[in-house]
Amino acid sequence: MRPDDPKLKKLEPPRLTFGDRMYLPQIAAGLLLTAKHMAGVAFGNKAITVQYPEEQHVPSPNYRGVHRLNKDDQGRVKCVACMLCATACPAHCIDIVGTTAPDTWPDREKYPASFVIDELRCIYCGMCEEACPVDAIELTGLYDLTGLTREQMIFDKTKLLSVYDATRDAEPMRYTAPPPKTAATEALPSPIS
Amino acid sequence: MPWELIGTLVKILLVVNIAMGVVAYLIYIERKVAAYAQDRIGPNRAGSPIVPFGLLQPIADGAKMLLKEDVIPGYVSRPVYILAPLIAIVAAIIGFAVVPFGPVGPDQWMNFQIAPNVNIGILYVFAVGSLAVYGVILAGWASNNKYAFLGGLRSSAQLISYEIPLGMSILGMVLIAGSMDLSTIINWQSRHTWGIVVQPLGFLLFLVSGFAETNRLPFDLPESEQELVGGFHTEYSAMKFGMFFLGEYLHVITVSYLIAILFLGGWHIPFLTSPEQTWWPTSLLKMVILMSKVMAMILIIMWVRWTLPRFRYDQLMDLAWKSMIPLSIVNLVATSGIVQLIYSAS
Repeated sequence: MRPDDPKLKKLEPPRLTFGDRMYLPQIAAGLLLTAKHMAGVAFGNKAITVQYPEEQHVPSPNYRGVHRLNKDDQGRVKCVACMLCATACPAHCIDIVGTTAPDTWPDREKYPASFVIDELRCIYCGMCEEACPVDAIELTGLYDLTGLTREQMIFDKTKLLSVYDATRDAEPMRYTAPPPKTAATEALPSPIS
Repeated sequence: MPWELIGTLVKILLVVNIAMGVVAYLIYIERKVAAYAQDRIGPNRAGSPIVPFGLLQPIADGAKMLLKEDVIPGYVSRPVYILAPLIAIVAAIIGFAVVPFGPVGPDQWMNFQIAPNVNIGILYVFAVGSLAVYGVILAGWASNNKYAFLGGLRSSAQLISYEIPLGMSILGMVLIAGSMDLSTIINWQSRHTWGIVVQPLGFLLFLVSGFAETNRLPFDLPESEQELVGGFHTEYSAMKFGMFFLGEYLHVITVSYLIAILFLGGWHIPFLTSPEQTWWPTSLLKMVILMSKVMAMILIIMWVRWTLPRFRYDQLMDLAWKSMIPLSIVNLVATSGIVQLIYSAS
């Protein structure tokens, strides 16, 4: 666009009135604004924060949290150890050791003997999800991912599959409510187990 | 004589301990005010069914300050590094010696002042208050870190610049009352009218330079972590860092006291109190009046902190040298002219 383009819209900064240039009326206006907010919280119960342990936060539908490894209808891991997710991962946090699938699994040649994600290194970009040809790896809406040591934050295959069990009913990326707390989910998404 | 000494020691203990406790709870109040201004609730966890609203938060904060690792980097100038926070806090505390917390007089049974009837009260407060610059500049220098050093220089330049309008803005009030003794100034106000009425410009100048002198927003460049990589206390941790902030909070209390005493009538409420009332319950009542004025002033300082944005450094210096110092000189000259005319006429 040229500088003399007729479509170019020229914006003038608003002219300050005499009152604005005296500063004091504007300072008073600012003080009035914060006073309104303070009174709103103190007397009108208008705080906008979530009181976390009592109220659970509901993330937006496209929130990307802890990974899960999906299972197929026979309860086997869906993953075919093709390494696409590990290749796509910009943070190199996925480590897969693939082996030949047993003869009873006619639908694939390989499956992961070990599938480890370093949740500390992961940047939750969702590219593994995009890359996966069999929809095996997905990011769930679980956000309360904590641990007491670094080792607890390295998720192996068992733990990733157990996240699937905990979030089986929730569609990833269409997450609306926290999963019901059952005995299984109580123990599993929390990495302290 | 020994009774006076014991009384003074008791008063010193009371004032220092109460000031520390009040500072702890002021930090809690400040966090609450901050939260309310930003539509949050603020600290509400450190409590129990008996102590609601997280009122144990100051104790938790204090425990954290004491238990945190106290890092002294290997490259600092060790004695000066340790001395600097001590200077900051001592300079802030000894200003309380001449602050009248309540009525004072030779015929009073109870004197609400550690050193009663010091006739250079304000001069002493200012002399001691300006010692805080040493804490700042020594901390910056001893840290042996260029950011801390620049921060120390910046902060001391700010503190020294604002000392001038701070001192000049009260001179009008001193001239009118004809004394530097704080309780005499209060008594003048209760006989005539509050200082804010006779010295509106002086009040405004004192308020603004008081904000700057206590490093409160909009003048808190000493601790601007986001824009200027922190200030003179970058290398300090745990209780040493806490002492700088304790010192600054004590300054806030001192400045609020000075504003209440010099411009808001001290313990005087029109048509209710007079300097002739010397019975001790009325003295206690007067102390409560003064305390509530001071508390209101502190709340206003906090309110301003969470409203106004920070100044840029050149704007800060422009405000001091190009507007506030000329204005305070004008105020001083006009006041002294008027006072001279009135005194020569009577």
